Amino acid sequence: MSASSPPAAAGAASAAISASEKVDGFTRKSVRKALRQKRSQGSSQFRTQGSPVELQPLPQLKDATSNEQQELFCQKLQQCCVLFDFMDSVSDLKSKEIKRATLNELVEYVSTNRGVIVESAYSDIVKMISANIFRTLPPSDNPDFDPEEDEPTLEASWPHIQLVYEFFLRFLESPDFQPSIAKRYIDQKFVQQLLELFDSEDPRERDFLKTVLHRIYGKFLGLRAFIRKQINNIFLRFIYETEHFNGVAELLEILGSIINGFALPLKAEHKQFLMKVLIPMHTAKGLALFHAQLAYCVVQFLEKDTTLTEPVIRGLLKFWPKTCSQKEVMFLGEIEEILDVIEPTQFKKIEEPLFKQISKCVSSSHFQVAERALYFWNNEYILSLIEENIDKILPIMFGSLYKISKEHWNPTIVALVYNVLKTLMEMNGKLFDDLTSSYKAERQREKKKELEREELWKKLEELKLKKALENQNNAYNMHSILSNTSDK
Amino acid sequence: MAGAAGPGTGSGAAGGDGDDSLYPIAVLIDELRNEDVQLRLNSIKKLSTIALALGVERTRTELLPFLTDTIYDEDEVLLALAEQLGNFTGLVGGPDFAHCLLTPSGICHLGHEILAVLQKSCLQPPLESLATVEETVVRDKAVESLRQISQEHTPLALEAHFVPLVKRLASGDWFTSRTSACGLFSVCYPRASNAVKAEIRQHFRSLCSDDTPMVRRAAASKLGEFAKVLELDSVKSEIVPLFTNLASDEQDSVRLLAVEACVSIAQLLSQDDLEVLVMPTLRQAAEDKSWRVRYMVADKFSELQKAVGPKITQNDLIPAFQNLLKDCEAEVRAAAAHKVKELCENLPSEGRETIIMNQVLPYIKCPEVRLNIISNLDCVNEVIGIRQLSQSLLPAIVELAEDAKWRVRLAIIEYMPLLAGQLGVEFFDEKLNSLCMAWLVDHVYAIREAATNNLMKLVQKFGTEWAQNTIVPKVLVMANDPNYLHRMTTLFCINVLSEACGQEITTKQMLPIVLKMAGDQVANVRFNVAKSLQKIGPILDTDALQEEVKPVLQKLGQDEDMDVKYFAQEAISVLALA
Repeated sequence: MSASSPPAAAGAASAAISASEKVDGFTRKSVRKALRQKRSQGSSQFRTQGSPVELQPLPQLKDATSNEQQELFCQKLQQCCVLFDFMDSVSDLKSKEIKRATLNELVEYVSTNRGVIVESAYSDIVKMISANIFRTLPPSDNPDFDPEEDEPTLEASWPHIQLVYEFFLRFLESPDFQPSIAKRYIDQKFVQQLLELFDSEDPRERDFLKTVLHRIYGKFLGLRAFIRKQINNIFLRFIYETEHFNGVAELLEILGSIINGFALPLKAEHKQFLMKVLIPMHTAKGLALFHAQLAYCVVQFLEKDTTLTEPVIRGLLKFWPKTCSQKEVMFLGEIEEILDVIEPTQFKKIEEPLFKQISKCVSSSHFQVAERALYFWNNEYILSLIEENIDKILPIMFGSLYKISKEHWNPTIVALVYNVLKTLMEMNGKLFDDLTSSYKAERQREKKKELEREELWKKLEELKLKKALENQNNAYNMHSILSNTSDK
Repeated sequence: MAGAAGPGTGSGAAGGDGDDSLYPIAVLIDELRNEDVQLRLNSIKKLSTIALALGVERTRTELLPFLTDTIYDEDEVLLALAEQLGNFTGLVGGPDFAHCLLTPSGICHLGHEILAVLQKSCLQPPLESLATVEETVVRDKAVESLRQISQEHTPLALEAHFVPLVKRLASGDWFTSRTSACGLFSVCYPRASNAVKAEIRQHFRSLCSDDTPMVRRAAASKLGEFAKVLELDSVKSEIVPLFTNLASDEQDSVRLLAVEACVSIAQLLSQDDLEVLVMPTLRQAAEDKSWRVRYMVADKFSELQKAVGPKITQNDLIPAFQNLLKDCEAEVRAAAAHKVKELCENLPSEGRETIIMNQVLPYIKCPEVRLNIISNLDCVNEVIGIRQLSQSLLPAIVELAEDAKWRVRLAIIEYMPLLAGQLGVEFFDEKLNSLCMAWLVDHVYAIREAATNNLMKLVQKFGTEWAQNTIVPKVLVMANDPNYLHRMTTLFCINVLSEACGQEITTKQMLPIVLKMAGDQVANVRFNVAKSLQKIGPILDTDALQEEVKPVLQKLGQDEDMDVKYFAQEAISVLALA
């Protein structure tokens, strides 16, 4: 399936680099940086078009008589369908300015006048929007784009596109706007193309798209299921195929409010989305970029239906980060958000596996992980849950806490652990004393088990050798019998 | 568990030893339940050991059902399991029992109704379950193992066990099972009966128009492979329409995979069929609005070229290639440029030169692409004469030689010896010599250094006489340059050239200059004189050493500058002149 990821990204860039890389020992990063500087403004779509028509200024809409206005409005919309090359900053300056002014005028026109969005205009309006915003996004300048560190590539034609988005929004939000007419033009194909634009590297564009899609989801009931399904597909591709999509955070933000509006009981489709898409999204490399939105969605689900708590927490435990401390801290944050809204009965169902994980986090040698886990004990509600279930939780936590209080390198952590141990002791002093006195015996039992395991495997290995030897002997015997017979 | 071992356990002698034979499964169960993933993983990785110890029958009746029950685990463990099961045929008793890996023994002999019930209750066969897992690596591994096992099935068992599994996967609810099914059609198709073949084709067709893009991508990526095992008629009547559809899919990630399939399909069809059935789609792909698709066409260009043959290449592909070379996206241009070499190699020898000179080279504009071509010069040279090539590349070489980035200049210097070797002395002197000399006075040290080494390699190629006539005089002139860095370059050149030029030239032409420079006013030059003398000393005869070198070094040994003194004394001791 490797071919299904955007091929050019890695392949081409490394090709461009390899020649110079051969001779200088510099790391790829430096070469890449140089390349990037060269093309930092590079992003545009209209390069394949033939030379654009020169635009002629039309009269102002406000100067036209009301009879002419409608006709002029459509003319202006058509005029704005002409695209210009913004990679070439000196070409068509006059026409670019005319289009910019016209777009401005159109924005103003639909937002200040009533009754101008008539049925006949819809087709031209949607055509103008489509012509401007729908395009194949250019290859990323930087295949290893790190949104936290690197500057995004901005859309070169933004001076026009921004106004088109502005116009689109005013159009959707206008009191005159009628979804029943618009749905002829704003259909599944339109939405599909709109969703693909969320991969744009330009955060300004994604911000507009977010609002636009939200409005469309709100106004076009017939498109809702389709939009959800397509977002589903984008996410699945992101998780399992490309690991790359710029607009994940924006889409999740929209989903957050969509989930908020789900009717109860939740449909199976929505639960499946939670378990098969949202939870696996936690495995993504760039989780930091959209974790806040993702956690919000998850918590929204749990607020709707508390019975989902157990599968969600088990899902998170399954995908718990093994090597990335930064992600571990995020997971702990999300767990705390979930615990904030958990019902005590649900808590009982997951306390054992959950606190086994928390106990591991507490003893992490990365102090931020340990610290984040120990902060749970500052949360009043969590504390009350622990107290209610102290008989279960204390035995799970005790070993780690006791060990860290003696061994952790970081004094802050040791201090925090002392406080936690104190709190736990106050909750059930008797159990605490028992655990303290049996601690050593427990450790020794573990060591013994370890030895036994090694012994077991050794024996098994011997058994295998014995079998192999037997087979060999058998084969040898057969062979000698055969050779004996042939000798005769 | 132990009770399930029926009669006939004694396949090996160890079967008699009751305690020992119970051992492995107990260990496994214990370990597979351990909380530590690493321990679970270890035991899965030793699965073959366990199976071997258990013997084939108990592996079938106990181990596999147990694994089926415990299949819900971390992806890492599942991946190891999927991998292990692919090599399990021998351990379950050979090809006759390979189907156990699909369906646990016991279940496979039951009636369909019961089977259906069991499957609903999640007791799915090991590899089948693994093929529906979300995590791609696990699924891919399960499919790989299934493909491997399918070959070990008898045709009968294939239809009885394997094909039903593929059908179940192909009609699964969640996209993962359908994705996995795509990879299994081609392995069971050739050995199935005609009726079953028709069913398999039907299933494949429906996956090609699946609602989920992930499934369509999986189907598109297996289209070529599947086409290869189909009868030619079916390729024309069924695969080609599927191909056309996928190639015009709304998602570019699907369309680009169709380009890949195009290679395999084109190989199967006659020229006439190609023209009618495939070329319209391919032409469209080369001009697709998504650069990813165009990139794919560029990337697969050589394969496509071979698949469609010389005639279509000449008529269709070459013009398409020209467009790719001037594509608006650099990624596409670079991919196309990478294919120039193979494209040229694969052209029919008749008319090859004309095509290259008139239809390919003029379209190569970008300096990086040219640099790439120059770096592959020896390959291109095999295709057309170097002389013709260099005519058209010379401007590029000169341009790059003066590039503002010193690393680009450095790259070009590296290719000079190669170019020189291929162009010959005459051409080199005429066109490139002045460049080589200009680099000696470059303002970047790395370039001057590389240029110096370059001179040595050139002398090795063209011989001492050439050096004496062309290089040495120019180098020596620099000894009088007002810039001390240039004067030092003379010394560096002498260091490397002396060995290549031999005793006579060194003694007669170079040594006097070096000695004269011992009086330079810049200390750096003087101590480099000492270093140079140490370097060329072994080449000189004893007379010259004693009479000319020694006094100069002794004088430098008394120099007021510390470094000069140090290097002079070092040279004296190394040359044993003390």
